Amino acid sequence: MYNKGIIIPGLLILVLFVTFPIWFNGFTTAGDLPKPELPPGGEKECVMPADYMRANHMKLLNEWRDNVIRDGNREILEIAGVKYPKGLQTACMKCHTQQEKFCDSCHIYVAVETNCWECHLTPDMATSKEATH
Amino acid sequence: MDKQRRKFLKIAGASVVAGLGVPVIMKLSGEPAHAAGGNAAAAKDTLTKEASKAVRLGMVIDMRIFTDKPELLDDAISSCINAHNVPQFPDKKNEIKWLWKAPFKNVFPYHSSSYASKKIGKVDFAVLCNHCDEPPCVRACPTQATFRAESNGIIAMDMHRCIGCRFCMAACPYGARSFNYQDPRPYITKYNNEFPTRMKGVVEKCNFCAERLALGQEPACVEACQGTGAIIFGDLNDPGSELRAVLDKEFTIQRKPTLGTKPSVFYIV
Repeated sequence: MYNKGIIIPGLLILVLFVTFPIWFNGFTTAGDLPKPELPPGGEKECVMPADYMRANHMKLLNEWRDNVIRDGNREILEIAGVKYPKGLQTACMKCHTQQEKFCDSCHIYVAVETNCWECHLTPDMATSKEATH
Repeated sequence: MDKQRRKFLKIAGASVVAGLGVPVIMKLSGEPAHAAGGNAAAAKDTLTKEASKAVRLGMVIDMRIFTDKPELLDDAISSCINAHNVPQFPDKKNEIKWLWKAPFKNVFPYHSSSYASKKIGKVDFAVLCNHCDEPPCVRACPTQATFRAESNGIIAMDMHRCIGCRFCMAACPYGARSFNYQDPRPYITKYNNEFPTRMKGVVEKCNFCAERLALGQEPACVEACQGTGAIIFGDLNDPGSELRAVLDKEFTIQRKPTLGTKPSVFYIV
């Protein structure tokens, strides 16, 4: 074989390069499944079972949005004795107070950008301006 | 020959009479069709009558009370700002208006202000979205981001749909809509955690405190003026409401009534 010294290292480099996503995820934490932090307040019950919420929270949010704004159906949900006025700020974020540790943990992993926070306030944002004024 | 001419004239005359008569007969025989048209019109009337039974929220603003206590209006405006995270842009041209102040000549441009009482010239009028029964902004909106809520007649906005085209601002004859030319967040002094803010590039306006009404509260401005009777809020279609009682008793005016928008906000000047 001619040019053994160049071809074999070259092939090795190529293989390493092509398999980059596999070993990179193996050696770093980039490939680890996200672990969204549960509510800091220790709440266990949500408006729907966790499985449903994991798969369909976006549908539920859209449904609530249409109920509240468009259909004028602002009926307050009561589940297991807890009242949930439909709304991201009025219901979801009362328990899931940390956007960065809950919402973002999965959304960054799957690269699905949310634009909720351009208008809606997280409790952290809301308190940031209560303290200064 | 003469006899034939006589016959010809007879036939010609009869034809003319028949020719003129046919449309009359057609009209008479067309009566059922007309009756159907009448039924359709009657059906339309009942439709509008049924629609008018639905709640239509409205307001009477008693400027006599605001004239005596101008600070009352400031309270109402600040409670509105706090309730809805309304930004306060330093530049007047970017002003976001939900409930705001304007002089008489701007609020009622069609009313003569010559020889008007000096009081009228000095006092600031409380101005807000009129929540019209025939809202031109709703017609203009290409995405139906702004719409008339059937349950209470509020002209509401769905910020998720607003594309910031500003057609509604051009359509509104009352200047009740404002555009966020910049990010409003730095200009909000205090956040209300129960209500969202807006983002750069959307239009916003008074929502008659739909979110407070849902909780059984009065609109923020009404609550701020509680006990003074400066703002009376209620259902225009409910003959028993306090609002209707005030409208019956006092002479009220609406803004630009000739435009046919049927404003739901009335003024006692």
